[in-house]
Amino acid sequence: MHSIISRYAFIKREQAWRFEWSDIPGGMAIAKALRAWSLAAAGILVFLLLWQATANNINTSLGQFPGPVQVWTQIQNLTDEYGREQERRTDFYARQEVRNVQLLAQDPNADVRVRPYTGRPTFIDQIQTSLMTVAFGFFIAMLIAIPLGILCGLSESLYNAVNPIIQLFKPVSPLAWLPLVTMVVSALYVSESPMFEKSFITSAITVALCCLWPTVINTTVGVASVDKDLINVSRVICLPTHMHIRKIVLPSAIPLIFTGMRLSLATGWMVLIAAEMLAQNPGLGKFIWDEFQNGSSDSLGRIMVAVLVIGFIGLILDKLMLTLQRRVSWDKQTVLR
Amino acid sequence: MQSYLEISKVGIEFNTESGNFRALQNVNLKVEKGEFISLIGHSGCGKSTVLNILAGLYQATEGGVILDGKEVNAPSPDRAVVFQNHALLPWLTVYENVELGVKQVFKGLKSKTEMADWIHHNLDLVHITHAMHKRPHEISGGMKQRVGIARCLAMQPKVLLMDEPFGALDALTRAHLQDSVMEIHARLGTTVVMITHDVDEAVLLSDRIVMMSNGPAATIGEILPVTLPRPRDRLALAEDSDFVHARQQVLQFLYDKHKFPGAKAA
Ligand SMILES: Nc1ncnc2c1ncn2[C@@H]1O[C@H](COP(=O)(O)OP(=O)(O)O)[C@@H](O)[C@H]1O
Ligand SMILES: [Mg+2]
Repeated sequence: MHSIISRYAFIKREQAWRFEWSDIPGGMAIAKALRAWSLAAAGILVFLLLWQATANNINTSLGQFPGPVQVWTQIQNLTDEYGREQERRTDFYARQEVRNVQLLAQDPNADVRVRPYTGRPTFIDQIQTSLMTVAFGFFIAMLIAIPLGILCGLSESLYNAVNPIIQLFKPVSPLAWLPLVTMVVSALYVSESPMFEKSFITSAITVALCCLWPTVINTTVGVASVDKDLINVSRVICLPTHMHIRKIVLPSAIPLIFTGMRLSLATGWMVLIAAEMLAQNPGLGKFIWDEFQNGSSDSLGRIMVAVLVIGFIGLILDKLMLTLQRRVSWDKQTVLR
Repeated sequence: MQSYLEISKVGIEFNTESGNFRALQNVNLKVEKGEFISLIGHSGCGKSTVLNILAGLYQATEGGVILDGKEVNAPSPDRAVVFQNHALLPWLTVYENVELGVKQVFKGLKSKTEMADWIHHNLDLVHITHAMHKRPHEISGGMKQRVGIARCLAMQPKVLLMDEPFGALDALTRAHLQDSVMEIHARLGTTVVMITHDVDEAVLLSDRIVMMSNGPAATIGEILPVTLPRPRDRLALAEDSDFVHARQQVLQFLYDKHKFPGAKAA
């Protein structure tokens, strides 16, 4: 009898000393975040192990399928290449500088010029090109899609007129557009010193053509489904159209507009890689294609790096849109995923 | 002589998927300036439809409405509407919700500071000044309805239209709001047309109670003048014989002469 009581007392004391997350301020939130992070880490670890195990068992004509280890080596190689290329570039300009100074010293009227450096674009350069292209294409698409969506949502007649066209072009693959866009850009985009490369414009327009639709459709739905009472309020107050759009329509349609924009950006990023690959336009798609044609024993590893980077950039782009949505949205309560 | 607000021979037919539906037929009503009118009737009889025609949100199929000598054919701040579920813009604060209408109505008539004073004055009128920087989701249902009323009053309407303004509130909150509305009506002399399904509310607030027959093709069945002296006090009236009698007449209309159509089957 006595021993049971003393054991109970012992347990009580132990409980009193045990750490509870709920004891510290904000502890529950920290505990929840820790749990989420550790689950994510566990997921990644299992994935890496499975990947390595599978990779070891796949042999191709270009050698073994790259596992995490090979990919890590290639990441280092690729960043080193970028570093070397940067050095070569600074050297190149420094040499010209020296030569020009010498020329001017001999003859103050000498015609000195700085030739631009034309090295092979590295992986990092290709990433930059792809990002610029997708940003530009997405920007053009949004410039058209959001106003068009608002108009379609406001006017049912316009919606009925435009809807068949949207439905027709929505399922078209970027690869189908590409030849047409390429020819049109070569024919129409002629200037002596173009601000952008033709290939850049071609890729960007292809991206824009494919990522228009999710935003147009979602904006239309968002604008068309504004609460009827709020529309009546606006009618009673006699708000002019521009105020009606700014004060009533846009705030209520913002969540769906952003849903559309996120879908558009994701589509645009996928489309871009395919377009670069097919058109041999600079960017990550071309990098992958070049490595594939190159066919060295490192190629598959380097392509795998590109695959991971493409995924990672896609993820970051989506997070950026989410952050933007949080800043713009009036409703800070909603959980955004 | 022409009344301030005249509804003459108004009828409306809706085009629905299952053919045309006649909701109202031959509705006639004259309202004097400063009068408080209640519309009462069973659910679905067409009360909101009448109010929407008054507001200009619906177009009558035949007949028409004249307010202060002008025909009503479009919505206007002249006929401000308090909606049943407040209809505040959730992304604006209480102050901004009221401001939206004020800016539109008094554009070029009031200076910025005059407008701000006017908004404060109206928030004060409905006792909501303390919450003016809150968003609608941060205040209670009763307070939201107060803001809805302030938004309308701030537009200085010729007629204040209210569609079951207190229908969604608990009894206590509703009583507070009824008192506020009586106080405002006494102070400003606003002409009010209010829809209600609460018999006590109708008797307490109104000068006349307009009772509607059941649809389809609903019309005005009877009009009951309520001559109780103002200011009215709900506690004193509870046992007042005139009050009880008026209440009795409305109940009789609703539950004897014009039973709810769904109730017959039961
Ligand atoms: N816009 C509309 N289109 C079709 N039918 C409507 C419309 N508005 C109201 N009705 C019909 O008219 C009748 C009266 O509705 P309403 O005025 O809302 O009734 P209540 O008295 O409950 O406010 C109902 O049968 C309703 O279905
Ligand atoms: Mg109604």
